Amino acid sequence: MIFEKVKAVLVEELTLGEDEITMESNFEELGIDSLDLVELVMKLEEEFDITIEESEELKTIKDVVEYISSAKEA
Amino acid sequence: MARIIGTGSYLPKRIMTNKEMEAYVDTTDEWIVTRTGIRQRHLSDETENTGDLGYEAAKAALDSSGIRAEEIDYILVATTTPHALVPNTSSYIQDKLGAVNAACLDLNAACSGFIYGLEVADALLKSDHIHHILVIGSEVLSKITDFTDRATCVLFGDGAGAAVLAKGDGIRGIVSGADGTKGACLNTRDFPVNNIVAEGSKAPQLIRMDGKEVYKFAVNILPEALKAAVSRGNGNLAQLDHIVPHQANIRIIEAASKRLDISMEKFHVNIQNTGNTSSASIAIALDELSRSGKLINGQKLALVGFGGGLTYGAVYLEWNM
Repeated sequence: MIFEKVKAVLVEELTLGEDEITMESNFEELGIDSLDLVELVMKLEEEFDITIEESEELKTIKDVVEYISSAKEA
Repeated sequence: MARIIGTGSYLPKRIMTNKEMEAYVDTTDEWIVTRTGIRQRHLSDETENTGDLGYEAAKAALDSSGIRAEEIDYILVATTTPHALVPNTSSYIQDKLGAVNAACLDLNAACSGFIYGLEVADALLKSDHIHHILVIGSEVLSKITDFTDRATCVLFGDGAGAAVLAKGDGIRGIVSGADGTKGACLNTRDFPVNNIVAEGSKAPQLIRMDGKEVYKFAVNILPEALKAAVSRGNGNLAQLDHIVPHQANIRIIEAASKRLDISMEKFHVNIQNTGNTSSASIAIALDELSRSGKLINGQKLALVGFGGGLTYGAVYLEWNM
């Protein structure tokens, strides 16, 4: 499941607690700044074998999960 | 084939704290510290241009090496902000030092400049007639900083560092390279062709940066270049005693520490005091490390730089001062 994988990356990369992360969580609330986001995107690109353009559009976990699932379908 | 026998550095007198920067652009100390690790930077006034900073650092390096200016065969100055286009900054410094036997060459590889300088020095020292080389990294980045751009103006500082190199065992592995396809990510605009047959742009040469792209590049290349240099020198990552990275942003260094699985304790960091001084940064940090008494002969060091070009380079060496 994409959400589970994304959660795992966040927990590992940004040392967040598992229960802090829900589909609705937004990056600002989680204390993720623009540089964290760059690293997160790099890790997600590796994990899912995709390229993520316009990462500025990604504001919540839901955005990320939806982006990845449409990228995998394409 | 080359070893470092002396180091020196110099930072201009005037310090500008993050708080003081708030008067110039919409920023805060908190933002700057959390995004970059920088707390202050040093800025030259009109009495301290690139050649002057480089001269002070070179003098300190010569003193620590025990050799005289007349014994220097080559002066290499790595800089993106030369004292003048002509004469080159190395000639200016040669004059002030009285290094009458030195050939003088400036080189520009942006923030990788000092590493490239070490590589060139290492190669030159293979010649029979060359015995001592002064490698200097000197910048007055404030000359090309856009103080209206809050994304970049808080990052850069002025300063110089230097090392004296001699023949002998020290440097074991060097890698260097560039990705020119990403040149636009960090640029100062072309020098326009403005002459009697052409009318070019009047816009000033100031640093413009795609922060995210440069960050991505740096986070990837730092560990890769470091590993490659250590491998080329038949070394072992786990046996590294000190790592002196280019001081661009503490977040880059932290990300590299994680990727390499090497504790932050081994990385020498002084960006909080100096800001990003481009080609001077590694040289200044190395001098600081050397004078702290933490460097012991026999210890293994890795120096790694990355920056405009986009260029990168790393040196793996055994300390043998």
